[in-house]
Amino acid sequence: MKMRADRRSFLRSWAAGAAATALGWLQPVLALAAGWNKAAFEAGNIEGAIQFAGVGEAIPSEDIVIKAPEIAENGAQVPVEIQSNIPGTDQILIFSDKNVQPYVGLFEFRNGAEPFISTRIKMGDTSKLRAVVRANGKYYVKMREVKVTIGGCGT
Amino acid sequence: MKPPGTARGRALRSAIGALLVAITGASPAAQDGPEADRERMVNFFSERFPGVPLQDYVYGAMIVSADARAQYEQIMEFPPFLGDLDAGRRMWEKPFRNGRTFADCFPDGGRNVAGNHPYYDATLDKVVTFEMALNRCLEDNGEPPMRYGEREPMGVLSAYARTLSDGMPMNVQVQSEKARAKYEAGKDIYFRRMGQLNAACAGCHMHLAGRIMRMEVISPTLGHATHWPIFRAGEELMTFQGRFNRCMEQMRAAPFGYNSEQWNNLEYFLSYLSNGLPLKASVFRK
Amino acid sequence: MTRPIRMRVRLDGDVAEIRALIDHPMETGLRKDSKTGELVPLHFIRNLTVSLDGKPVLEAQWGQAIARNPYIQFRVRGAKADDEVSIEWVDNRGERGHASTKVPPAG
Repeated sequence: MKMRADRRSFLRSWAAGAAATALGWLQPVLALAAGWNKAAFEAGNIEGAIQFAGVGEAIPSEDIVIKAPEIAENGAQVPVEIQSNIPGTDQILIFSDKNVQPYVGLFEFRNGAEPFISTRIKMGDTSKLRAVVRANGKYYVKMREVKVTIGGCGT
Repeated sequence: MKPPGTARGRALRSAIGALLVAITGASPAAQDGPEADRERMVNFFSERFPGVPLQDYVYGAMIVSADARAQYEQIMEFPPFLGDLDAGRRMWEKPFRNGRTFADCFPDGGRNVAGNHPYYDATLDKVVTFEMALNRCLEDNGEPPMRYGEREPMGVLSAYARTLSDGMPMNVQVQSEKARAKYEAGKDIYFRRMGQLNAACAGCHMHLAGRIMRMEVISPTLGHATHWPIFRAGEELMTFQGRFNRCMEQMRAAPFGYNSEQWNNLEYFLSYLSNGLPLKASVFRK
Repeated sequence: MTRPIRMRVRLDGDVAEIRALIDHPMETGLRKDSKTGELVPLHFIRNLTVSLDGKPVLEAQWGQAIARNPYIQFRVRGAKADDEVSIEWVDNRGERGHASTKVPPAG
């Protein structure tokens, strides 16, 4: 499939996948040893999640900027943006304290990627949202309360 | 012409009419009919929400919350339901057995047509919705019609087809006496108390618009008809009439049902009230 | 079945702004199927990598709390037009997804 080199290039994966299969190449670039912190992801409380994620020593920092709703419209799609202004940042980790499993995910930035991520997460209940940042091997944290309600007419 | 409906409905409407007269200073005897209703509705809400531009009523309950609106905008930049819109586009573009497509049934390939619906069809003596028009297209081309209220194919097809009219100002016409009768029938439903909770649509969506009920902000009548279908939580596809059904159930009344005369007439009335406001289909809602 | 990944890339100077929406149910394992009443099993993307010009720029580890049809937006310095942007993911069932596109000219 010819790629359009215009302002917003846009390509569906089934075309790429089909082409790749046809070429006999579906070699995952994704490192098989990418790792997945099972203990942290499966921890059922924030203390455990933080401990297993190895970020227990995180220092509060105002150089982490969280953009998140005051009141989430819907806990299934909560837009969250995290920007780290701490030099040497290479990781951002997200926790939602009251989630059944508070550890939401980790984003690692390499080869010129800026320490900024915009994504959408699930939040089960009104909770602190924690953005933890790793910079030069040290951890820093910023917290933000996000209210989540379940309204009567929404159900 | 005496509007149809129950004595109670007319009494409530008179009360609301009196309220509107008090607010707007308009004389009900001098001004009558859909355009007068629409103007009164606009005046009612501009008093209720001073400073909110008319065009913003398409955002419904979000007019009271910048926080809600910011989330909507972030999600709408790249909405999670694009897969459904793609599926809808494939349905829209797939030729019928006779080789024609949906685009052949509408002017300009189906662009900027949704805002002309519902319309009154004199031959049928019925209000015709956009969904009925899609089915008419199928039947005219020897294809079986879709069932109303089903997510697929009707919901997903209309989710895409309606986006072809994004930005179009609502442009519903009520021009004959018979069309007016349908409009008034829809209006009567809107003001009629129903169900175990004895609630009328107008009671909440006019008088309590912007207030909180059941932990939700109540959306205003103005703009209601402009933004369907919605994707609740970005995934549950709900049409305008789907919302009528759900709301009526929440008021503890048995809903009239998809494509009922009542819902089609109500949609006709509500769409007229939103004339001039820009349509936007397939939007995120909480 | 290959799940679609929709990508939008913009180049501003030498910064590529990469946005992607990845079709995936991201099931928590806690949701009941409305028709069957059964719990829908856990099914979510665990690892995701975005590469630019052959080098990994974003590596993510996710749990089931990332939203359905996940969205990511981030920026990479040192990008140029025609660089390949590719995304790969693997989920908890070992299913994989992949897509790639090119950085368009700056604009």
